[in-house]
Amino acid sequence: MALHFELVTPAKLVRSEEVHMVVVPGTEGEFGVLEGHAPFMSTIADGAVQIFKAAGAQPEEIQVRGGFAEVGKAGLTLLAEHVED
Amino acid sequence: MASLKELKGRINSVKSTQKITKAKQMVAAAKLRKAQAAAEAARPYAERLAKVMGSLAGTLAGQDNAPKLLAGTGSDQRHLLVVVNTDKGLCGGLNAIIVRAAALKARELLAGGKQVEFYLVGKKGRAPLKRNFPKLIGQNFDTSTVRTPGFEEAEAIADEVLEMYDAGKFDVAHLIYPKFKSALVQDPTVQQLVPVPTPEVAETENNAVVEYEPGEEEILEELLPRYIKTQIFGGLLEVAASEQGASMTAMDNATRNAGDLISDLTIQYNRSRQAAITTELIEIIAGAEAL
Repeated sequence: MALHFELVTPAKLVRSEEVHMVVVPGTEGEFGVLEGHAPFMSTIADGAVQIFKAAGAQPEEIQVRGGFAEVGKAGLTLLAEHVED
Repeated sequence: MASLKELKGRINSVKSTQKITKAKQMVAAAKLRKAQAAAEAARPYAERLAKVMGSLAGTLAGQDNAPKLLAGTGSDQRHLLVVVNTDKGLCGGLNAIIVRAAALKARELLAGGKQVEFYLVGKKGRAPLKRNFPKLIGQNFDTSTVRTPGFEEAEAIADEVLEMYDAGKFDVAHLIYPKFKSALVQDPTVQQLVPVPTPEVAETENNAVVEYEPGEEEILEELLPRYIKTQIFGGLLEVAASEQGASMTAMDNATRNAGDLISDLTIQYNRSRQAAITTELIEIIAGAEAL
């Protein structure tokens, strides 16, 4: 029950880890990604990405700007131009 | 024959030059490691973006409503050459090979009856290109204000280029930069920037239907400028690594040449010292015999 999550910026690979869920601020509304999500691509509005390490845990927030999300078999990949931890 | 004092002065001056080149070589070696690490760190983003672009462009290519950045303006008369040079010298023939590659491409395009304009990044390419093509130099982008050009600079360059494209100032853009192979070899590379060349659709394994939000076109339209930014960023990183690599090699050679020069001069110095002593002795002996 783990989702592989990667957060990548042009400067470096910020995160690559197994998490429970990630809530992404898509341009057409927030969406949460769990393991086994259908293939999906979306642009992201500037805002906070919430990472839930485990079910019911406190989310960790990362501010992203200029982002793009891709959900595939390998998990969720976030491409962001700028990231603030 | 130079006098002893003169020789001594020359030896000392070569020695201090050698110290400088040696220091510069060590600095370049340290910076090269950093630049290579930066280039390495940028790779995942570029790879993933290229993959997404490939799958998206594959579905949209050939359609009439493809974005202008992908489909082009429909003509290929006016070319923009984005040439990335370094800001500092002391890096051997690096800037010369970039300029040569740029000039070659420009001549080829001009011979084909096209119009060419340059967009120059970095200080060192300006003078030689201006000499060769005085009328074709467009804008400059100054990267000398920052220590290491980063993504912000790439963004600024891309924004300017895209603005020119939107204003209809050119049809095709090429990026010319040195590709870092090793500290010894940097290959000048010409790469088409605009319209974005359709990446080959790698594998169509995603039989699962991918959902797009908002739509495929909107996403592509947003990703294309970003893809160009990434390409320019990659070019900046390559030029940074190449500069340090070339600088290291050039300074290593210079240090070695200085060493050779010093030993030559030292031999010459010792010989003339010996000669002076011998002459003095002969004079004394001859004087003593005459008595």
